[in-house]
Amino acid sequence: MSCLKKCGAPSIEELRASPGFPTEEDYKTGNIAVIECIEQIPCNPCETSCPRGAINVGNPITNLPTIDLSKCTGCGICVVKCPGIAIHLMDINYNEDSAMITIPYEYLPLPQANDTVTLVDRMGKEVCEGKVEKILSSKAYDLTKLIKVSFDKKYYEEIISIKRI
Amino acid sequence: MTRIKDHPILGKDTREEIVTITFDGKEITALKGEMIASALIANGVHSFRYTEKHNKPRGIYCGIGRCTDCVMIVDGIPNVRTCVTEVKDGMKVETQYGRGEWKNE
Amino acid sequence: MGEASGKMNNYDVVIVGAGPAGLAASIEAAGAGARVLLIDENNKPGGQLFKQIHKFFGSREHKAGTRGINIGTELLDDTEKLNIEVMLNTEVCGLTPDKKIWIIENKEISREITAGKIIIATGAYENSVQFDGWELPGVMGAGAAQTMINLNRVLPGHKVLMLGSGNVGVIVSYQLMQAGAEVAAIVEAAPTLGGYGVHTAKVARAGVPFYTSHTIKRAHGKNRVERVEIVQLDSNWKEIEGTEKIFDADTICLAVGLTPMVELIWLAGCKFTFIGSMGGYVPVHDRYMRTTVDGIYVAGDVAGIEEASTAMEEGRLAGISVAYDLNLIDDAQAEKRIEEIWTKLDSLRCGQFGEKRKTAKDRILEEGEGMILCHA
Repeated sequence: MSCLKKCGAPSIEELRASPGFPTEEDYKTGNIAVIECIEQIPCNPCETSCPRGAINVGNPITNLPTIDLSKCTGCGICVVKCPGIAIHLMDINYNEDSAMITIPYEYLPLPQANDTVTLVDRMGKEVCEGKVEKILSSKAYDLTKLIKVSFDKKYYEEIISIKRI
Repeated sequence: MTRIKDHPILGKDTREEIVTITFDGKEITALKGEMIASALIANGVHSFRYTEKHNKPRGIYCGIGRCTDCVMIVDGIPNVRTCVTEVKDGMKVETQYGRGEWKNE
Repeated sequence: MGEASGKMNNYDVVIVGAGPAGLAASIEAAGAGARVLLIDENNKPGGQLFKQIHKFFGSREHKAGTRGINIGTELLDDTEKLNIEVMLNTEVCGLTPDKKIWIIENKEISREITAGKIIIATGAYENSVQFDGWELPGVMGAGAAQTMINLNRVLPGHKVLMLGSGNVGVIVSYQLMQAGAEVAAIVEAAPTLGGYGVHTAKVARAGVPFYTSHTIKRAHGKNRVERVEIVQLDSNWKEIEGTEKIFDADTICLAVGLTPMVELIWLAGCKFTFIGSMGGYVPVHDRYMRTTVDGIYVAGDVAGIEEASTAMEEGRLAGISVAYDLNLIDDAQAEKRIEEIWTKLDSLRCGQFGEKRKTAKDRILEEGEGMILCHA
């Protein structure tokens, strides 16, 4: 039984079986977009928003997105454009001990830079604490904020978001 | 807080103009232009009427004027759909018991 | 019926319902030069579009990545540019196959208008389910809660239990959290979740638990919902005793489907067909959105429950075909636009979710096929 259709969130196995999800080798390349889109829904803003043409959906628009990570600069525009809030950036080489995740965020209140926040996994379970490095907002983001949080890199595959404050 | 003062997408609520209505004789404040139902909810009122047979409380149900669960007596007129009727200064809103009666008829 | 002074009584096209379908239809019809009247019973146009605060799916042509509220604003701007007459606070109480329409303005003035063509875009209403305590204040449609938080800006409750995991259930759950409420659980009677995985995933990561093969057994509370009891269902949808769980909640939202608001279409004498996955009885129509009654068209959820994005495209189809049937645009122009829109509709109706809607829509169209000849 699919975890996605039972618990609401995809399992790591379901994600690994999808074409947009990075391999372990991919993660090592630096700050990359992690696409967690595993169902054929009619949608392609990730493709059309990418300034480098790194993401491909093609025709029909229900194809699952694929990404050419050699073209991905980790700019984050696909993260805010994805209507499914299904993309984040992950940089496992942020520094020696920490990884940095960049998440789309649409709740209030917003954390502040340097705040300590709790990071959660795909089921909302608290995993570890992290530090808010930066909060980005821009007119092009259309009110979605990007929050950059650093955390212990050993959890990079589990972490998906922060706990609401 | 029941009123959503700030919202990540809708922003701050900038409505300021206030009107006063009465609910079962008690004065409550409402925002100009809002629906009676939302003014009542903002004031902690959730039971809008009581059913005829079993005298059970009812509140909003569909919120778009279709189901008539939220009807009340407004300025003496029964069966007014409060979810699609705007507040007006001095409006008298009363809990409706049963089917309501039209006065002066 | 009383005559209102100084007002037009005759229009090329009257559109009932100023939601996404009606607005899009009005823009196409008026853009082609038709004299259009758009009627809505609410005090603002837009239908349910202005409570859709999330970014829409689709592609660039479908305005994907744009929030529903902004799409609504764009549509309203277009209707203003075209000087389309919009009559708000106006109820359509009846219509006849010869296209006489009985309206009541502001609950005061009753009058009759006539139209060359009528487009009915009245949308849909939410279904309900019954359980012990379902009548308690605090039990409401998910759409009702969405109206309260996103249009009226009040929280109908602080702790919500959602019944139904289709897109409406999960999107409204997310929006309730954005508005500051807590979602206690999402309960789904079917063994698997219904909505898009990306929607369920974003509420799952917010810590909302999902209960599949469960339903609400009863709502507890004196004058308002205070607690909700859910129970597991077996493979025959029977409650399994001893599996009850109780949640503290002051609100229960029901997201258990929609039914097309077809009353006016019945009144007009149009032929219907029953398709459960489209919401029940839906008017038979052709690929130009023409019903079986000459001059009466349908668009949007009233023609089968789908989404705002498909409703807008269907509205455009209806607007163009009305313009064509009024001889305002020629064959080639009409065919070209209609093909373009069908391409967009087809792209919204594919994939594991859209395919079902396409099959259902095809059934409606098949029934409508014979009638195309009558119109030609």
